[in-house]
Amino acid sequence: MSRTFLGLPRHGDGGFPAAAHEALADSQLRRNLHKATTTIRAKRSAVVGELPDWEALRDAGAAIKERTLRHLDVHLERLEQAVTERGGTVHWARDAAEAGRIVGDLVARTGSREVVKVKSMATEEIGLNDSLAERGISAYETDLAELIVQLGHDTPSHILVPAIHKNRSEILEIFRREMPSVPADLTDDPRALAMAARQHLREKFLSTRVAVSGANFAVADTGTLAVVESEGNGRMCLTLPDTLISVVGIEKVVPSWEDLEVFLQLLPRSSTGERMNPYTSLWTGVTPGDGPQEFHLVLLDNGRTRVLADTVGRQALNCIRCSACLNVCPVYERTGGHAYGSVYPGPIGAILTPQLIGVENAPTLPYASSLCGACYDVCPVKINIPEVLVHLRGQVVEHKRSARTPSPEGVAMAGLAWVLADPARLERAQRLGRRGAGLLGRDGRIARLPGPLGGWTDSRDVPAMPPESFREWWRRERLGDA
Amino acid sequence: MSAREEILGRVRQALVDVPASDSTEVPRDYRRSLGIDRAAVLDLFAETVSDYRATLHRSAPDQIASAVAAILAGQGITRLAVPADLPDDWLPDDLDVVVDDGRLGAGDLDAVAGAMTAAAVGIAQTGTLVLDAGARQGRRLLSLVPDYHLCVISADDVVGSVPEALGRLDPVRPITLISGPSATSDIELSRVEGVHGPRTLDVLLVE
Ligand code: SF4
Repeated sequence: MSRTFLGLPRHGDGGFPAAAHEALADSQLRRNLHKATTTIRAKRSAVVGELPDWEALRDAGAAIKERTLRHLDVHLERLEQAVTERGGTVHWARDAAEAGRIVGDLVARTGSREVVKVKSMATEEIGLNDSLAERGISAYETDLAELIVQLGHDTPSHILVPAIHKNRSEILEIFRREMPSVPADLTDDPRALAMAARQHLREKFLSTRVAVSGANFAVADTGTLAVVESEGNGRMCLTLPDTLISVVGIEKVVPSWEDLEVFLQLLPRSSTGERMNPYTSLWTGVTPGDGPQEFHLVLLDNGRTRVLADTVGRQALNCIRCSACLNVCPVYERTGGHAYGSVYPGPIGAILTPQLIGVENAPTLPYASSLCGACYDVCPVKINIPEVLVHLRGQVVEHKRSARTPSPEGVAMAGLAWVLADPARLERAQRLGRRGAGLLGRDGRIARLPGPLGGWTDSRDVPAMPPESFREWWRRERLGDA
Repeated sequence: MSAREEILGRVRQALVDVPASDSTEVPRDYRRSLGIDRAAVLDLFAETVSDYRATLHRSAPDQIASAVAAILAGQGITRLAVPADLPDDWLPDDLDVVVDDGRLGAGDLDAVAGAMTAAAVGIAQTGTLVLDAGARQGRRLLSLVPDYHLCVISADDVVGSVPEALGRLDPVRPITLISGPSATSDIELSRVEGVHGPRTLDVLLVE
């Protein structure tokens, strides 16, 4: 199996806990996140409440996705055929490097050294901007939030609102520093900032000959691709250039045109909390005289077939990237997206990333959850995220057991098993434990366990040992030999 | 082995647990129509369109030109780009019209204040206009590049639900669903209308 690149690790060796710890110390970040997630949550539940058939739509969405995945090869071949018949060209990419190479070659062939980009998780995942830069091709992000992230030399922290961790004054500072055309009297008013971005990008839209996008859905029967967006930057990229290159994960395929009627209802309401997003573009191959005259579809594996092979974890590929699960997750709300160290943050990231790159490479992510189940309840395609988390935790433990150096928990648990196996040993251990009264915090709780177990008490207290064990009490009271 | 063969091979390998006879039924118990009458559908359309900060106007079929004149006067717009097949009697006499014969470039349209097109379908449930590059709609860039869009839709083309709308469309056409003017909420979630597409959307419902 080829190595899957997923932009990991973006943080140090401590994985999620270390990154989360850092994020928790940033009170500005926590305020921004709290405001954002509560606002989107309220909007979502209001528009979902408008649809009496919401549960029926979820059932349909989940079933369509499940059925498609179970015959993915058939649907991919149909998609390829339909796109080709309509004048498009289909390419297949095993991993990030191959996808980057294909896109780079296609751009180079046009003679252009610039591309405009529609926000896309897939291109983010394969680090396309960097691989194009290595070939001297500049990629311009055109979604406002992605632009803020790109100009700020930063990484996205949310699927839907990637710059949610930045407030208006931080954005003003970035624009002043990075945008040559910015008016001298620009203020931090969101409208003024958005208009500065409009100004900045308009010239790019009108002059750039190549665009790169992702897609939310790809219809196998008809070869139709769909991009759902708000700002019009998507329409600009999908309409004005001569050449359009779309990088699409193999799990984005849906069998028929009819299936879109389900997802075009589920996605906007779950995502932005709107009845419908301002713009949805649907295109099939090329249309003479209207829009790009050259269309390339790059179908991306990059670990997806590895996910598909896990009969429990496979459901993570149902994901339509609405981000509803991020907004209800108590862990995400406090840590933000960067702590997950991947382009896929929040609950979906906690199950998707470890599967895409192998649990051994992201062993802390399946623990980045309280298993409260809120993510499962909001998921429009009914991915049982808690179930997959527990399943992956099992794989992490399994992996650690087979690894050569035992983990601290492994040692501690083995020791505990030895102690518990023999009553005399247990009593000795209990007496020893009490002697460790130096561990006690002021309120009679152990605030920090010594050694490798300290990590466990970083976020919780352990009740102190009682002064006498039950066995000791029994002997003293009933047998009189205390 | 080609990437194509390898990926399809991996997919098949990953699905060895799926029996050949497998067929998961897709339950489609969701609503196909809203179950309300025509008048209610049109009222709902008016309401949802306005909710998205587009402005809804109504007119009789023989009053379109005067309705258009009034709307454009309100916007202070005197020059519009239109598709070649837009009916002449939709256009007020004193309007300066740029006809898209298929050769206008994005730069030409950038210099025009606005565009006027028809729509193929309207969706009441979501306040959406659907353009499919069909009759009276022109190419996609026409309703995209200018800062203002006036969209004329016949009451006959307004349906209740998303499934009804998709059922009327031909997937091989380039299709754009428009729900209100373009908007962003990327800066502290404050909604700002009009980032790249038209900043203002007027809808004229003809009944
Ligand atoms: S897992 Fe479900 S809720 Fe989360 S982003 Fe994907 S589709 Fe949305």
